Amino acid sequence: MNTTTTTTAAAAPAQADAIPKAAFDWIPLALVPLLALLALPAIGSPSSWLTLTVAGLAMGMIVFIIASGLTLVFGLMDVLNFGHGVFIAFGAFVATSVFGAMIGWSDADSLLQNLAVLFCAMLAAMSVTAAIGWAFERVMVRPVYGQHLKQILVTMGGMIIGEELIKVVWGPQQVPLPLPTTLRGSLLWGDAVVEKYRLVAVVIGAVVLLAMLFTLNRTKLGLLIRAGVQDREMVESLGYRIRRLFVGVFVAGSALAGLGGVLWGLYQQNVIPQIGAQVNTLIFIVIIIGGLGSTFGCFVGALLVGLLANYVGFLAPKAAMFSNIGLMVAILLWRPQGLYPVANR
Amino acid sequence: MISRLLSHDLPRNRWLAAILVVIVLGLALTPFLFPSTKALNVGAKILVFIVLVASFDLLLGYTGIVSFAHTMFFGIGAYGVAIASTRLGPGWGALALGVGVALVVALVLSLVIGLFSLRVKAIFFAMITLAVASAFLSLASQLSEFTGGEDGLNFKVPEALQPGTQYLEEPFFGASIDGRFLSYYLLFVATVVLVLVMLRIVNSPFGRVLQAIRENDFRAEAIGYRVVVYRTLSNVLSALFATLAGCLLAIWLRYNGPDTSLSFEIMLDILLIVVIGGMGTVYGAVVGSVLFVIAQNYLQDLLKLGASAVEGVPVASQLVSPDRWLLWLGLLFVLSVYHFPTGVVGRLRALRSKGRRS
Repeated sequence: MNTTTTTTAAAAPAQADAIPKAAFDWIPLALVPLLALLALPAIGSPSSWLTLTVAGLAMGMIVFIIASGLTLVFGLMDVLNFGHGVFIAFGAFVATSVFGAMIGWSDADSLLQNLAVLFCAMLAAMSVTAAIGWAFERVMVRPVYGQHLKQILVTMGGMIIGEELIKVVWGPQQVPLPLPTTLRGSLLWGDAVVEKYRLVAVVIGAVVLLAMLFTLNRTKLGLLIRAGVQDREMVESLGYRIRRLFVGVFVAGSALAGLGGVLWGLYQQNVIPQIGAQVNTLIFIVIIIGGLGSTFGCFVGALLVGLLANYVGFLAPKAAMFSNIGLMVAILLWRPQGLYPVANR
Repeated sequence: MISRLLSHDLPRNRWLAAILVVIVLGLALTPFLFPSTKALNVGAKILVFIVLVASFDLLLGYTGIVSFAHTMFFGIGAYGVAIASTRLGPGWGALALGVGVALVVALVLSLVIGLFSLRVKAIFFAMITLAVASAFLSLASQLSEFTGGEDGLNFKVPEALQPGTQYLEEPFFGASIDGRFLSYYLLFVATVVLVLVMLRIVNSPFGRVLQAIRENDFRAEAIGYRVVVYRTLSNVLSALFATLAGCLLAIWLRYNGPDTSLSFEIMLDILLIVVIGGMGTVYGAVVGSVLFVIAQNYLQDLLKLGASAVEGVPVASQLVSPDRWLLWLGLLFVLSVYHFPTGVVGRLRALRSKGRRS
């Protein structure tokens, strides 16, 4: 059906839309509801299915927030930052400090004050990780553009240093990150138990997603970023300074990772310095599934990973860790370039 | 004779040669020179790491592939020996069976991973191996009936290698001649043989093809070499040597668990050693392992001295606290990737060629 519309558009070159709009590929997106529907009979009771689905969506949203910056950086500059996880850890630890400093507000029984603490923590985490990301790009990544091997090694080294610095500042032990009072506990929808915080995470994730989609698809900045991902040299030869754009994307990606770190830390309710290395694996799987460099693919991949992890965790807890790997292998067998492959790669 | 043993890949620098001689002599005479238990453990750990890191160097240094699944094969070797020895009881047969099964498993697994994912770009392969390795780590801690879960497995080695077995009543030149002594020399001989074999491999025509692929895979393909086949072979070989290193570790420790052989920290250690020692030189693995393991075990003592000097200064005392030694190593690692990409060995070798030109 889609092919017929494109051919008719191409057959009428004199009209305004001489360039046919690329047909949107619905199949990968359809996998998400399909997966949810398939899980329903397997789980049996609709109420626990709803609980798991909301949990999976929340996890997917958080993972998407973390991974989106990484996939953009890879698409734009062909740099894969193996140290991306460290921004997550920094974000989460900054959040523990903010929550510690504002303990009165976070323990208060008022939704407004609780949300204010959460907002402050997110703001602080994003500013700190943005600054660290700027320094990281400047010191670590800049000298090794175009050299994949060295990029992997150097960013790995950056992660070691970052992790150790976290231990210097916050100590090597696990730090608790309790939820604010009113966000604890869960809501009852019929028989389904939905944790309040997961709903909050879904909402924050949706806001970030919409903001990103708006920036990428409706602004000139987004146009340049997308064009740079597709063909960097062409954009440069048109006179735009891709490098400056890249630094901006890197900083924004780090800030997003910091935000994701806050959400992830609250999701797990405690933070350890090794959190970066743990999450790294997950976000790599997500961006491979999505097709390296594709934001929307990253989103779909994150939702699939989140949902599957929760369903499998319920049905067969021992297999939970392999569900991600299995998903990745299956998708790479189906589409070797990922769900939404980026052209020119 | 020496030249043939070293496959005509001589150290090519007087200082490097001297360092290597000191290392080999030091490791060969450790039980006599440093008769403490800690020194013997450090020596054994160095030996195991030399094999492990040299096998990783086959991949990273010679073929230019970054894999994060190397500890997986290390773990397979260690678990092979551990599981066989717990199930069948201590004995040489169990040991041989464990090593054999581990090698077969590593062969199949590395072949599958290689054929499946070595066609893609370096970054892709690194990510895929990272994912596979973390899945394997959780597999090992989940299958607790088999692997002992998080607690790991304590087992016994053949009687000849047990520490209780005394061969001589009196200490011989300061070393007690017991099962521990024999295990150490088993490790030493195995390491020497394996390193010489790896030197042979990298200096064979096959090794030259690997280097050609590292330098320019497109050109290597154009000359007519099947790059994927060579990359996969390199992956398999390196996995097999890592498996053997794992077997050695298990024999020495008589224990294996997820943290001892599979953890991500060991993978980082391997990376650090390869880069600091020198990529693409098997000697780099030797020099790097000695530096690293000694630093790991004794640098903390040094930092303790530094920490007591700045005691009371808030941030500085945290920075030089003995637990933060990895911070300094990480800095050294990043600096050496930028400024000494060829590592200690490459630097020493470059010194000599400069001296010649002038």
